Order: sequence, then C-alpha cells, then structure tokens
Amino acid sequence: MTASVETRSEAVMAGKADKKGLRDWFNRRGWRKAVIAVPYFWLLLFFLAPFGIVLAISMADAAIAIPPFRWGSDLNGILDSLNYNYGLLVQDPLYWYGYLNSLKIAAISTVLCLVLGYPMAYGIARASGAWRNILLLLVILPFWTSFLLRIYAWMGMLNNHGAINNVLMFLHIIHEPVQLMYTNFAVYIGIVYSYLPFMILPLYANLERLDMNLNEAAMDLGSRPWRTFLDITLPLSLPGIIAGGMLVFIPATGEYVIPTLLGRADSPMIGRVLFDEFFLNRDWPVASAVAVVLLFLLVVPIMIFNHYQAHEAEAGQ
Amino acid sequence: MGKRSMFLVSVLVFGFAFLYVPILIMIGYSFNSSRLATLWGGFSLKWYPALFQNDQVMSAALLSLRIALVSATVATLFGTLAGLALARMGRFRGRTLLSGMISAPLIMPDVITGLSLLFLFVILESLTGWPAGRGATTITLAHITFSMAYVAIIVQSRLTSMDSAIEEAAMDLGSTPFRVIFDITLPIIAPAMVAGWLLSFTLSLDDLVIATFTAGPGATTLPMLIFSKVKLGMTPDINALATIIISIVAVGVSIAGFTMHRAEKQREKDIQLAIAANK
Repeated sequence: MTASVETRSEAVMAGKADKKGLRDWFNRRGWRKAVIAVPYFWLLLFFLAPFGIVLAISMADAAIAIPPFRWGSDLNGILDSLNYNYGLLVQDPLYWYGYLNSLKIAAISTVLCLVLGYPMAYGIARASGAWRNILLLLVILPFWTSFLLRIYAWMGMLNNHGAINNVLMFLHIIHEPVQLMYTNFAVYIGIVYSYLPFMILPLYANLERLDMNLNEAAMDLGSRPWRTFLDITLPLSLPGIIAGGMLVFIPATGEYVIPTLLGRADSPMIGRVLFDEFFLNRDWPVASAVAVVLLFLLVVPIMIFNHYQAHEAEAGQ
Repeated sequence: MGKRSMFLVSVLVFGFAFLYVPILIMIGYSFNSSRLATLWGGFSLKWYPALFQNDQVMSAALLSLRIALVSATVATLFGTLAGLALARMGRFRGRTLLSGMISAPLIMPDVITGLSLLFLFVILESLTGWPAGRGATTITLAHITFSMAYVAIIVQSRLTSMDSAIEEAAMDLGSTPFRVIFDITLPIIAPAMVAGWLLSFTLSLDDLVIATFTAGPGATTLPMLIFSKVKLGMTPDINALATIIISIVAVGVSIAGFTMHRAEKQREKDIQLAIAANK
C-alpha cells in the first residue's frame, strides 16, 4: 500500500499521473459498465433505432390499416414501393423544390447569422470583464426563452399594421403598408433571429481564447488592422465559424415553425412538406422517404459538427 | 483602433436591438385594452386575469409543467451518467458512437426526431403493448432523449475542465471512492447539473414539433395550444401569456446564473485559501 502510494506520488510529481483513480474503482465494482450502459441503451433505443424504423417504413406502401402501411410480400414488392416513394421525391416539384428551397434559405440565413454574429462575438470577446458577462447573458437569455413566442413576436413586427410598417409610415418613408409577412424575407428574419445565439456562442468561445499577442506582433511588424484580421484572427477562428455555421445550417434546413408562421404557402421548406405529408396526407411511407433524403443531405454537415463537438469536448470548453 | 471599436459597438447595439425590440413590443401590446392586437386602445391589465380563468390554457400549462419536471429530472440523471462515461471512464468500445449520439440530437431537425420517435412508439406498442397509446408518457420519453444530450455535453465539459488529479489526490490520501464522489466530484459538477436541469426544463416547455408528433389526440401541451391560436393571427391574450412565460424564464435564468456565478467565485476563493494555508 505504502509502496503503491509512493510510486503514485512519484508519477504525479513526474507529471505523468495516470488518470485511473476513480475509473479503477468503478471497474472493480462493475459500476463502470452501468454508468456507460444506462445512457448508451437509452440513446440506442430512443435515438438510433428510430432512424432504422423510418428507413424501413420508407420501403413500404401506404395502406388503409393500423398502422397505415404495408411492406411488400416479396423483394419485387419492396422494390416497387421504394421506386414509388423515392421516385415521387424526384418527379413532384413539391418535394425537390422543397429541398432546394430549404438548402438555399438555410445557407443564406447561415451567412447572414455569420455576418451579424461574428462582429458581435468579437465585440463581446474584447469587452472588459463586467461588460463581457452582461453582454454574454444578453445573448444567452433569448436562447432560453420560448422559440415559438419569439417567432410570434416577429408577427407583431412584420404584419401590415405592425411595428416596422408603422414606423416607416410615421417617418413618411412609405405611404402604404409594405407586405412583409408571408414572404421569404420574413423567413430569413425569423431564422437569423432564432438562431443568432447559436452562431455567437461558439464563435465567442473561440475568439475569447485567441492569443492577442499574435495580433499585436503583426501590428508591430507593420501589418494593417484589416490585414491582421484577415491573416490571423479569421483563420484562427475557423473552428468557431464551422461550429456556429453547422448549429444554424442543419436545424434551419429542417425548420418547420418559422416557414409555417412567417413564410409563403406557395414556397414551402421541406420541414413543412414532411409535416404536412404526415399530418394532412397521412402517408407514412412518403413522409419517411422525405425524412431519409433530408437526413442524407445533412449527413456530411452532421458529421463535421460531431467531429468538432467531440474535439471541443475532449479539450474542455 | 478607435474606428474599429465604434464599428463593434454599433454592431452590438444593432444586434441586441434586433434580439430584444420585438419581445419588448410584444410585451407592450399585452397591456393593450383593444381586442385587435395591432391597434393601441389604451392601457389595460384585463388579459392577465382572463388567462387564469381559461381552462384550456390552464390545463395545457399544467400538462407542460408536469412533462417538463419529469423529463428534466430524468434527463439530468441520464445525461450526467453519459457525461461521466465520456469524461471519466476512459476508452471503451462504442465510445465514438456514444459521443455521436450525444451531439447529434443538438442539431437534428425536429421534424426528423419527431417522426422517427412516433414510429418507434407505434412499432413498440404493436410488438410489446408498451407504451399504450400516445400522450404525456411518450412526449416525456421524447423530451428526456433530446434533453439528456444537452445535460451530457454540459457535464462532460465541466468534468474535462476539472483536473482529475484532485480526485486522485483525495484517494491517495486515503479517502474512500464514495467520499471522493460525494465530497469532490458531485460538488464540482453540481452547477453543471443545475444548468442542465434548467435547460432541459425550458427546452421541454418550449418544444412544439416533437410534442406534436409524439402526442396522441388527447394531449395538448402549452406550445401546441399557442401554435394553434397563433396560426390564426395575433391576440392580446397570447401576448399576455407570452409575457408571463418570458418573465418567469428571464428572472429564473438570471437568478440561477447569478447564484452559480457567486458559488463558483466562493469555490475558487476556498481553493486559493486552502493552497495558501498549505504553504
């Protein structure tokens, strides 16, 4: 016992402390398995397995039954269903246009979030102690308050008798209300508004850690502020840009609430198409196929995000 | 440098105005006596008591609170285990999959999560008879699943930023593993668990899409009720309801943040004192 304590403290002093303490004990009692297994099986059952079911149902035929689908009795039947469900997504513009429209709107919104969020994150990271905490709280607070209600708040801003039109008419910039609600413009506003904190927070975490000495060194050597920013700060903050971008782009692509409340009915995003396919058409197989293709389109961004998140978690945020 | 600061300050002012003006205007209109939500008809508080007499609103609010309490508590428990597994249990088979299943729910579009969970519940019921039908239980199960991911990330980053040498030192000094967990590990991750619980609670209260998929015909949560009303346009009673919800969350989060900030400062001071005393 004494010997082992001595070897351990020697190891600690040598800076080579093995990180086993609690883990060893957990191992001996078999608790380690329990700590890992409980969340593991929960997520396997309630997060991963459901995707398999969606994939399986996308290979079925809609039927008048409970639940409302039937798998083909042989391989040919299943291939027919596959062909029909996924073929529909290619042939009917409702679906393929929905995907393209969603990707376009999500991409533009992500860029808008970055353009507004980057200087905000930079400003917060460079603010002095007390200010920094207050500004950070102000960014986090909307993230905690209801998403639905914040979109609702914008309905009051954008409608024909809403705040924006009233102010513009009061200033005599316009003489008649401008149609702002139920436009793509309203959807961009809604997405940027809802997802801005998701862009700012990872960017802030990244920018706050940057070594300002590098900037000063570059400036001392005669670099202009703008060049210093482009050559040093921007490349170093790339991980934050990627994380923030993915946190906005991925959920925005599948967004349902914002396009439904603020957007045009004739230019739906795919989240709304999926929702209506399920709740209005009650076509489970086609709804599943829509979900499978959406997931497929998002697989690469999701993997980039997971990679970043795992990396960040190991480093300790 | 001065010019750039001016630029940053104006972007910050614009950004925060963008974030807060719509909410402030919405709160303002909750005191509007006119039934037309967009025309000002004078100051009135009448929409607030009316809410509490509305049975539909009250029962939806109670259902949402019940689901949020249960799901936040279970999610905190499971999420903490997942955070411990990722930060303190070393390498194990399937670790990459676990960390993927922890970070993917943060970004998965709600329509996909909702649809896939509903299908799972339907298939499970037809295979095992459980869960019988859909309602509060299935919504709770769904909320536990996405909330525990948030808790796990918060707890994991807290544990990674904390030096495990403290735990090892305590064990070397003869402390039993149980004492180490209760005296050292838990107090250190407690703020993360509180933050995780609060976040899970508000996420559950806020969720519309996943709840709509996993709710049966009988269960209507508060966001589902609000959404069905909001689709028809703005009304002052929704503004009043929104004001109440946002005020509670804002006050709650500020108090929690302030308390945790102080506790953290105190803990750092204690550590400094302990180090100074040992010198």
